[in-house]
Amino acid sequence: MMHERLEDIVTERFVARVPEAQVELAAGFQREETILEARGLNVWYGDFQALRDISLAVPGQRITAIIGPSGCGKSTLIRCFNRMNDLIPGFRAEGELLFEGRNIYARGIDPVDVRRRIGMVFQKPNPFPKSVYENVAFGARVNGYVGRLSEIVERALRRAALWDEVKDKLRQNALALSGGQQQRLCIARALAIEPEVILMDEPCSALDPVATLKIEDLMRELAERYAIVIVTHNMQQAARVADYSAVMMMAGDRAGEMIEFGPTRQVFTTPREKRTEDYITGRFG
Amino acid sequence: MTTAGIAFRRRLLLRKTTAVAFALLCILATSLGIAALALLLVDITREGIGRVSWDFINSFPSRKPEQAGIKAALWGTIWMMGLTASFAIPIGVGAAVYLEEYAPRNWLTRVIQTNIANLAGVPSIVYGILGLALFVRAMSLERSVLAGSLTMALLVLPIVIIASQEALRAVPNSVREAAYAVGASRWQVVSRQVLPSAFPGILTGIILALSRAIGETAPLIMIGALLFVPFTPSGPLDRFTVLPMQIFNWTSRPQPEFRENAAAGIIVLLIVLLTMNATAIILRNRFQARARQ
Repeated sequence: MMHERLEDIVTERFVARVPEAQVELAAGFQREETILEARGLNVWYGDFQALRDISLAVPGQRITAIIGPSGCGKSTLIRCFNRMNDLIPGFRAEGELLFEGRNIYARGIDPVDVRRRIGMVFQKPNPFPKSVYENVAFGARVNGYVGRLSEIVERALRRAALWDEVKDKLRQNALALSGGQQQRLCIARALAIEPEVILMDEPCSALDPVATLKIEDLMRELAERYAIVIVTHNMQQAARVADYSAVMMMAGDRAGEMIEFGPTRQVFTTPREKRTEDYITGRFG
Repeated sequence: MTTAGIAFRRRLLLRKTTAVAFALLCILATSLGIAALALLLVDITREGIGRVSWDFINSFPSRKPEQAGIKAALWGTIWMMGLTASFAIPIGVGAAVYLEEYAPRNWLTRVIQTNIANLAGVPSIVYGILGLALFVRAMSLERSVLAGSLTMALLVLPIVIIASQEALRAVPNSVREAAYAVGASRWQVVSRQVLPSAFPGILTGIILALSRAIGETAPLIMIGALLFVPFTPSGPLDRFTVLPMQIFNWTSRPQPEFRENAAAGIIVLLIVLLTMNATAIILRNRFQARARQ
């Protein structure tokens, strides 16, 4: 399976790679249940407007990709979904960001609670400088989980397709793992707190093609259980894994705008916007 | 060979010579520093080693040099270091954690930051004056170990804060983000990830700060620590002296035998200092090893 995919990257154009299943999905687009939704979201860092009027509905148990050129606000947007941007001085958001129908930026919503239910995987693998076991157990520990930690750790590592590789070195430092293993460990760490959504901010940009494909396979498996939002500037990757794609662009004042959102196949084959077509055919960006 | 080739060769020789000359200069600078230190140590050891004995450590000062010892000064130093550490470490590390992990970045924190950096460079005698006015007089602590330790704690506080801040800043932000992303609260992020990662660096700062405190004399002269103490402190409000004061006292006596005592006192002071540093380094290495597991 993996070998086949490697060849695909080299030989095929990405448009032809969109699986047939996604075409069917496209037909059912309207009926799917939305888990995360941005409504007229505007974001500022100090005086600089980073996002303008973003509206987007992320369906549950699907993979949604956010693509676009560098600096268009993809990362800013995905980091709004679990309120990671709260940590940046000068950050301000207006509009609504609904998670299961509730605005996560409303007064009285604790960002810690949001982050427990919406997990995140970062661009560069960032395991804690501790053992493999402690990395996965950390989230469960801080959230005061009851139950056997070792079971939670094993389940998360199995779901992240890492168990067989690390089951004999759970006590070793996580930094001794390879880059791809570290990133799957970070996915396991996110899974251990039983989130409902997993956000991935360019999870493969620091990995080699083999490790990248492993993560992509894993994402397809995880999508049976979780909603996944992935930021990528690799269009082939979006075409390979995502059910839905959102295309973002930088406006004249450098604020990020969403110019297109729909089933991946439609976005890649019959985009409504000329700018989308220009971007995915490589004419700019 | 072409002319360009010859010119290149000639310049290459010059470049290599410069490189060698610079390396020699660096070696010279290093050996000068080490030589001066070694000379000092050899001189002191030769003069004082004969006087270092259990009697010397276990005797109170005396007018007769051969009966004089450092019991009072050694115990005074131990008391003072213990109290100084228990004031300076929690306050210093706490201030650093607040400034790095909690405080907003605004003009007020910038002013505080600049002030801390400047305080680290204030002459120690100025802290002595402050200690005299504040602790000895205003708070009526008299010339006690407590007053001395509080003064010393103020003196080393900027060093502890700055070193701890550096250590906290060296913890990559990705570690904080990772912890936040699994739903850790700020306190959990700081206490379970950031502080353990920064601990070895913080410990290094504490070693530096306490090494400075153990050798300081000027502020203690200022607050009036005694020069002749025939007893050991039994509580924080007792009067005291410390090793550097005792050494200072002996070197100012005219008899050459007292200078031998001073050298012996320096040897004991160095041993105490090295023991302290060694303990801290062992602790640090153990924590680093634990972090690596």
